[in-house]
Amino acid sequence: MSGEAVPARPGFAADLARVAKAFPTLLRVGVSEVVAYRAEFLVWILTTNMPLVMLAIWHAVAADGPVGHFDQRAFTTYYLGVLAVRLLTSNWVVWQLSMEIRDGTLSAKLLRPIHPIYALAADHLSAVPMRALVISPAAAILAYVGWDRLLRHDGVLLLVFLASLVGAWLLIFFTMILMGAIAFFIESSLGIFELWLGVHAILSGYLVPLEALPHWARSAADVLPFRFMLGFPVEALVGLLSRHDALVALAAQFGYVAFFGAAAVGVWRVGVRHFSAYGG
Amino acid sequence: MTAAANEVRPRRTGPAALVRRYAGLFRVQLSMSMLTAMQYRADFVVKGLIAVLWMAVTLVPVLVVFGVRKTVAGWTFPESLVVVGWFTLLRAVLEGAVSPSLTAVVEHVRHGTLDFVLLKPADAQFLVSTAKIEPWHLVDVFGSLAIFIYAFSKIGRWPSLLNLGTGVASLGLAIIILYSIWILVVSASFWVIKVDNLSYLFGSLFDAARWPITVFRGALRVVFTFVFPIAILTTYPAMALLGRLDGKTAAAALAGGLAFAAIARRVWRRALALYTSASS
Repeated sequence: MSGEAVPARPGFAADLARVAKAFPTLLRVGVSEVVAYRAEFLVWILTTNMPLVMLAIWHAVAADGPVGHFDQRAFTTYYLGVLAVRLLTSNWVVWQLSMEIRDGTLSAKLLRPIHPIYALAADHLSAVPMRALVISPAAAILAYVGWDRLLRHDGVLLLVFLASLVGAWLLIFFTMILMGAIAFFIESSLGIFELWLGVHAILSGYLVPLEALPHWARSAADVLPFRFMLGFPVEALVGLLSRHDALVALAAQFGYVAFFGAAAVGVWRVGVRHFSAYGG
Repeated sequence: MTAAANEVRPRRTGPAALVRRYAGLFRVQLSMSMLTAMQYRADFVVKGLIAVLWMAVTLVPVLVVFGVRKTVAGWTFPESLVVVGWFTLLRAVLEGAVSPSLTAVVEHVRHGTLDFVLLKPADAQFLVSTAKIEPWHLVDVFGSLAIFIYAFSKIGRWPSLLNLGTGVASLGLAIIILYSIWILVVSASFWVIKVDNLSYLFGSLFDAARWPITVFRGALRVVFTFVFPIAILTTYPAMALLGRLDGKTAAAALAGGLAFAAIARRVWRRALALYTSASS
């Protein structure tokens, strides 16, 4: 690789233009990778079975009357929503990144004329169409069962929901880059991420609807970033949010996206300088 | 190369000598794992903390569900805490002793380094199954004891000696089944190489074992009783401790579990015969 000319440092605009040019190719590579490892891909999808288990449990609980204003049907739409949003927005950047940093394969990627964060984004975005295909049966059942409350039949809520999916994807991506980049500095960055995941499971609405949590936990969930990764899009989708509440939440979500984006890039910059590229 | 042919059988000098030989081997493997774990002291503390956090995450849905109902599918809160106790204990066994070793096998198969294991003059299944033990999961063992003590003090009636005996026996059966399922998963890696995420699938399915089997209905009930038998893993041991397990169910579970183990062993031998080493 040493013979390859290092491109001159361009401005941010030129940088973006080059990324835009490379992106379609990167996406194509990503898609064919997903198709090549389709068995593995399906197994990954199947690991997200917790919403279905929780759905079964709440069904048993709500068999003799609704819980709050959740009856059996509301639980079905909620957890199918969780399943769909989770599968559409999740990725595994943190494991990939911390492994590449630790075993040194990142050094080769740093030499490429495209920033590794963009390459990672392309890699994980290209899995989205296949994921959408896999969740389409669940989405169809959701629409059928929960039709009367779906997005409150409101065009604005539909737009907010679509925007919130983008926001959730970006938020998850940036927090994962941030946690992954911590591997530049310490060994057990994956341990930290596991702690993060534990809190996420409770305060994002993944295990139980946030409404069912005690009051203090709910107010914590409202201000922490976790809800905006999962609970908020789901709540908008199944009609739990008014137009006003949804717009406020969307603003907060993109606030968090900006914050974690900046933090991820910042930690990355410091980390790369720190990186001594062992192995390779 | 066909490795099964190269597998050297130990000299047959009677079962007593065989047991002694493998007991010695087990001691060596165990002390190796301990030494490895002790090397990373900071990691040790972080992992212990994570174990405590996951215990809390396990309890939250149970607390929320029993916050709204006195009984769910015939189980009271302290009774299902007994199930959670078994779940925590089994998870300690699974993540501390079973998963780490068998994850390593999948790596070996992928890199072709399983050759070195197969060349050793001992049973390959024994060697790979005892290769790695992670001692910090002892935290989970203590946690599960605490949960048991709390649950039974809430119930106000302690298990009789007979109940305790059947409970421990069913724990043994549960471990055998867990291990057998894992062996089947690992065997799959001989046919489909890229299955390291099967361990995640396994873990995610196992998560459902924190609930008594009676909360599941229909297809899920069948799957969790016969295909991935969480009923035998946690519900029956809990019923044994509570003195609610009848003899017929216990006998059927025992027969089923032992048959399962025998099948797993056969599949492993078949898979091993197919192994042709990766071209590394």
